[in-house]
Amino acid sequence: MDSMAGSKPAVVWALNLSVLALVLLWIFPTLGLFVSSFRTGDQITASGWWSAMFPAEQTLQIRAADPDDNRVEVGDDLYVVEGNLFEGQDFTGEMNAWGTSSRALGAFQPGDTADLGDGETFTLEADGAYVWQGNGDQISGRAQRVFVDATTPPEFTLENYNFVLFDEDNSEGMARAFLNTLTVVIPATIIPILVAAFAAYALAWMDFPGRALLIAAVVGLLVVPLQLALIPLLTLHNAIGIGKGYLGVWLAHTGFGMPLAIYLLRNYMVGLPRDIIENAKVDGATDFQIFVKIILPLSFPALASFAIFQFLWTWNDLLVALVFLIDATGETTVMTRQIVELLGTRGGDWEILATSAFVSIAVPLAVFFAMQKYLVRGLLAGSVK
Amino acid sequence: MHPALQGIVTIVIGVGGCVGYFYFANLLLDKVLFPARGPNIGRNINRANMIRPWVFLFPAMFALGLYLAYPVIETMRLSLTERLPGGEYRFVGFENYTFMFGEAKFWEAMRNNLLWLIVVPAASTGFGLLAAQLTDRLRWGNVAKSIIFMPMAISLVGAAVIFKLVYEARPEDVAQIGILNHLYLLFGGSEPQQWLQVPFWNNFFLMAVLVWIQTGFAMVILSAALRGIPEETVEAAIVDGANPFQIFFKIKIPQIMTTIVVVWTTITIATLKVFDIVFAMTNGQWETQVLANYMYDKLFRANDWGVGSASAMIIMLMVTPILIWNVYNARKEMR
Repeated sequence: MDSMAGSKPAVVWALNLSVLALVLLWIFPTLGLFVSSFRTGDQITASGWWSAMFPAEQTLQIRAADPDDNRVEVGDDLYVVEGNLFEGQDFTGEMNAWGTSSRALGAFQPGDTADLGDGETFTLEADGAYVWQGNGDQISGRAQRVFVDATTPPEFTLENYNFVLFDEDNSEGMARAFLNTLTVVIPATIIPILVAAFAAYALAWMDFPGRALLIAAVVGLLVVPLQLALIPLLTLHNAIGIGKGYLGVWLAHTGFGMPLAIYLLRNYMVGLPRDIIENAKVDGATDFQIFVKIILPLSFPALASFAIFQFLWTWNDLLVALVFLIDATGETTVMTRQIVELLGTRGGDWEILATSAFVSIAVPLAVFFAMQKYLVRGLLAGSVK
Repeated sequence: MHPALQGIVTIVIGVGGCVGYFYFANLLLDKVLFPARGPNIGRNINRANMIRPWVFLFPAMFALGLYLAYPVIETMRLSLTERLPGGEYRFVGFENYTFMFGEAKFWEAMRNNLLWLIVVPAASTGFGLLAAQLTDRLRWGNVAKSIIFMPMAISLVGAAVIFKLVYEARPEDVAQIGILNHLYLLFGGSEPQQWLQVPFWNNFFLMAVLVWIQTGFAMVILSAALRGIPEETVEAAIVDGANPFQIFFKIKIPQIMTTIVVVWTTITIATLKVFDIVFAMTNGQWETQVLANYMYDKLFRANDWGVGSASAMIIMLMVTPILIWNVYNARKEMR
C-alpha cells in the first residue's frame, strides 16, 4: 500500500522476520505458562518448558534390587541378582547408554557387561533387564547404582487441572473462586449497561440546560483513580449495612464502570442518523419508545464493546474485590485473590500456580478471541480510561 | 442463599428494577403529573419534556456522584484528619502530608512511579507504533496483531504469574526453568540472577509486564490512525524521492500525532494506578514500591487512613492535569 510494497525480497524477508520476532516475544511468556500447566511438578523442575515439546535426554539414577533379599547362589560363593531396572519405575523412554558411576555416565551400551573389579560384573539390556553377579561380599549391603541415559518422549498430563478444579480435598482449589468470580462479574456487567444507556441517550439526543457540563463531568470522572474511592465507600457501605459482600462489589463496579459506559455509548449514539430519530418523533413516538425501539437495537455494537470491557475489567480485577468483597472468612474469594495467595504459599509449585493462573486466564482469552471485533471497535470509539 | 443464586436474583432485580424505574417514571410523567390532555396540554408536554432528561439521567448521575465524585471530596477530608479510637476524627491540617513526606518509602514510591510514568507509556507507544507499522502490510498481519493484542485480556495478576515464571531463578547446578535466566546463561552470564531482587533494575522487570499488556492497545489505536492517513500525502512523498524512514517519521508520524498523544495519556493513567503487578510480584520489597501499593499498605495494613488518603490525593493530583486536558478537549470538540 505504500513505498515498501513491491520492494526487494531482502526487505520483505527482514520485515517478516522482525514481525515474527515481535510475535514470538509477545507469545512466549503466555506459552510458557500454558505448557507448564500440562506438566508434572517433577518435569517442570527438571527442564525448561521450552524443551517439553521435544524428546528429552535424561539421566536417571536407579538402584538394582536389594541384594540381601534377592540374591541367588549359583555356585561356590557366586551370587546373582536378576531383575528389571524399569520395574516400578515410571519409564516410557528409550535407553541410549548407561554407566555405574557418576564419573562415567554413558560408559556402556545396552547389552554391555560392566566389570566392577574382582570378578563382579553387571550386565544391562535395552529393556532394563539386568544380571548382577559376584561373590558374597560384593552382592550384599547396598544395591548397585546404575545411571541410565535415556530419551523420554514429551509427556503431558491433565492431572493438574483435575487437582486444581475438581479435587475436593484441595483446600486451595479454584472451583469455588471460579464460581465467585462469575457471581461478581455477571451482574456487574449487565447492570451498568442499562443504566448508562438511558443516560447516554439523554446526553446525546435530548436538549436540556447543563448538558454540556454533564458531558464534561463524565469525561473528567473517566480518569479519576478508583483508589480514592476505597475508604470513603467502604465506610459508607458499612454505615448503610451492606458491609463487605457481593452487593457492595456489584455496586462498586457499577459506579466505577459508569463513566466509560456513558462516554462510549454517548459517542456512538450521537453518530446515529438524525433522520430516523426525527421521523420517529414526527410520527408521535415518545423518547422512551425511541430509545427502546430504535436506539437500543442500533447501538448493539457499542453495547457489546462496553460489555466486553466491563467483563474483562471485572473478571481481572483484584483491588475492588479485595476491598469491597473478600471478608476475613475468605468464603467469597475470587480467582485473582486466590492466585496471589498461591504465589505466597506455593511459590515454587509451578504446576499448581500455572494451572490456577491459566484457569483464570482462559475465560477472558476465549471472550477476547470471540469478540475481538467489538473490542477493537470500542477501543477506537473511546480510547480514554 | 447460595451466592450464584443471589447473583441471578440480583440480575433480575437489578435489570428489572432499572427497566421498571425508567418505564414507570416515564408513565408517571406523561400520564399522571403532566398529562397530555386537558386545558394545559401544551404547557404539560413542555414540562414533561423538561423533566424527562433528568429521569433518564438520574440513576447514572447518582452512581457517578456517589462512587466517583463524593470519594474525591471525602478522601480530601480524610487526608486532613486523624482517626481517633471510637470512630471520631480530629482535624490535623497537613500533618499527614508532612509525615508522609518524611518517609523514605514514600519517596521510593514517588521515584519509582515517575520511572514507570516515563518508561511504560514511552515503551508501549513505541512498540505499538512499531508493531502497527510493520504488521500493516503483511499477509499474516492480522494474526500477528491478534497475538500482540492478546495480553490485553489477561489480568495483571495472571500476567504477574506468567512473568514470575519468566524470571524464575534456580540454583546454578540445576536446569534453569525461567527462560530469562536460561538465555542469560546461554549468552555468557556467569550465574543465575534473581531478577526481581536486584534493586533499581527490578523496577524495569516489573514495568516489562505492563508494557507487554499495553502495547497491544497502542498498536490497535495507532494502526487505525495509520490507515486513516490520506494516501496522497504518502504518494507525493514517494514521488519526491523520500526513503521509507523519512516517510514514516516526517510524513506519517506528524499526521497521527494527536492519536499518539491520546494513546500516551491513556497508558499514563493506567500506569499511575498500577497496583496488581507490584502487589503480586514483589509487594514493594527490594525497592519496588509504587504509590498505589504504598497507599494500600497504609490503608489496610497499617490502618492509617490519614496518610493513606494523603497518598491517594497525590495520585489524584498527578492525574489532574490529564483530567483538565481531557475536559478541555471534549468541550472544544462539542462546539
